Amino acid sequence: MSTRGTHGVNTHTVEISCLEVFRQISNFIEGDLDPQLRARLEAHFKDCAHCSAVIDGTRNVVRLVGDGKTFDLPTGFSERLKKRLAAVKKA
Amino acid sequence: MTASQAGSSTQQEELIRRIKAGESDLFYQLIEPYQKSVYAAAYSILGNEADAEDAAQDALVKCLARLDQFRAEAKFSTWLIQIAINEARMRRRKDRKGLYESLDADREDEEGDYIPKDFADWREIPSEALEQKQLKQALAHALASLKPIYREVFVLRDVQGLNIRETAQMLGINETLVRTRLLRARLMMRDALAPGFDGSWVSGSAPYKKVRPW
Repeated sequence: MSTRGTHGVNTHTVEISCLEVFRQISNFIEGDLDPQLRARLEAHFKDCAHCSAVIDGTRNVVRLVGDGKTFDLPTGFSERLKKRLAAVKKA
Repeated sequence: MTASQAGSSTQQEELIRRIKAGESDLFYQLIEPYQKSVYAAAYSILGNEADAEDAAQDALVKCLARLDQFRAEAKFSTWLIQIAINEARMRRRKDRKGLYESLDADREDEEGDYIPKDFADWREIPSEALEQKQLKQALAHALASLKPIYREVFVLRDVQGLNIRETAQMLGINETLVRTRLLRARLMMRDALAPGFDGSWVSGSAPYKKVRPW
């Protein structure tokens, strides 16, 4: 959890809770947050190791699955498909 | 994605024109680059290899029969994926267990917040680690463990690279719901792969160690 107190005066950004950060993690990755909220999250990440680990891991996973190697076709998929297509054409 | 290997759109249009004119032997050539996307779409709904293959193949066979209905304004890959999703959903509806899951078990989850697991840090899993069987299996297992409503948005948005709007259209749900489900899906996938954060995906041997004593 964040180590910052909730009553401290913050002249730059408004405090944001870990729970609120979790809710916005996905929109943060999408780049869909307004600049103010984005800045609050970024400030939070600097101070909160737990939320940093959440954003780093989530971003990493999104990048990994997006590289096209996640799914392999089952062995023999194409051959079976070709046979089925040939059978349909004959019918 | 493999779809990027498809020739130029002009080549594709030409293939479609010839198939519509009767050269149905060319159909496999047309859909070859999209097999993986179609299979992944079916998998996202059904969550297991065998059913996903059946649904994907049925969908592709239907695409051949329905090619006349394809309009050039639409993106061909989107059209194929939509048919695969419809086919997979039809299969899931036939499965009573799937019906139960989608009606009851999923709904509870959507109401509350998902609290990601508490790990002290995250060690980057590099793309090269995907060459490892261990990580691929962990990914497959994590995907299979997601409930269908989460798996389908995750696969369409993050694996297939559709945008939020396209994902919503494809699944017939609104964009807010896509975002809510995507958030949960991403956090759950992160938690599922977290045991490798200490570097075990890199070395392939280091066991997962808990960072905190409790």
